[in-house]
Amino acid sequence: MNLIYLVIAMALVTYIPRMLPMVLLQNVKLPAYVKAFMKLIPYAALGALIFPGALTSAGPDHMGAAIIGSSLAILLAWLGTNLILVVAGGIAGSLLVNLFF
Amino acid sequence: MSNSFSNKENFMRGVKAAVPIAVGYIPIAIAFGLLAKSAGVPSYVSALMSFLIYAGASQFIGVNLIVLGASWWEIVITTFILNLRHFLMTATIAQMLEEKASTKWRFLLAFGITDETFSVTSFQNEKILSRYYSFGLNTVAFASWNFGTWIGLFFADGFPDLLKSSMGIALYAMFIGLLVPQIKKYRPALVVSSLAVIINCLYTWLPLTGNLSSGWGIILATVVSAAIGAKFCALEETE
Repeated sequence: MNLIYLVIAMALVTYIPRMLPMVLLQNVKLPAYVKAFMKLIPYAALGALIFPGALTSAGPDHMGAAIIGSSLAILLAWLGTNLILVVAGGIAGSLLVNLFF
Repeated sequence: MSNSFSNKENFMRGVKAAVPIAVGYIPIAIAFGLLAKSAGVPSYVSALMSFLIYAGASQFIGVNLIVLGASWWEIVITTFILNLRHFLMTATIAQMLEEKASTKWRFLLAFGITDETFSVTSFQNEKILSRYYSFGLNTVAFASWNFGTWIGLFFADGFPDLLKSSMGIALYAMFIGLLVPQIKKYRPALVVSSLAVIINCLYTWLPLTGNLSSGWGIILATVVSAAIGAKFCALEETE
């Protein structure tokens, strides 16, 4: 039973940062600099999310699998492959390395 | 203002755009279910985590901390820090969303903002972001996350370790698949994302930050690199 309270507390601190800007920033005109800042947030966030986190994404002892899987994903994405295949390729690359090494 | 599609068409556009997210979410959510089960967390608690918290990294770290016997404060504060980046993301989505999206809609759509739904939403092709597009996208992503969690919880014993560890890469492959095409066609995307990688690496590997959470590194790298990039971008666009 106690763990449920913990889950609810975690849910609240997750929802609040999602909800506040969404509700408060409607129909607000922002200055050009802030607009440009927000336009760049996705690229910045994706960069920071990918690296170095990807290195440990296959577990602490499987860095080779993570590097090969990520490289394959980068290659496929660079070639303009469909997003689903990029994800599948990443998993497959990392699985192959785990199987054979 | 709205785009040229009907509400139903927008919803279906969102559903379609969510398919790659679902492909990435299901293996990760399965992995979460497996981990929580093997850590001895009761299944109903893990299922409730995916339903109410709905944030991958926080759930994994939450389970880890529960197992380590961390205090509740520590767990809740870590979750909070880890998810502060969503503050930036929803602030961005809030600006893109059509005017017809009422406050009620915004309360609902905000719950569905994750790294992945945010990235896909911000790169959608229409000038105006339809609330139905967001709703379709968020619903499929949320459903797949919960579905994967249940699979992981129910079939925990049947999964070989090899497959488990290989699935961890799914989310990163999706981030890569979202970012790389943008880098190819928009130069500031390359500059800003590289800058964010460098800052995050410095944060992670330099012994400056002690044992602060990796959530801070992501927030710091995102804010600083976007702020630097915006200095040059804002100039370009007013010309």
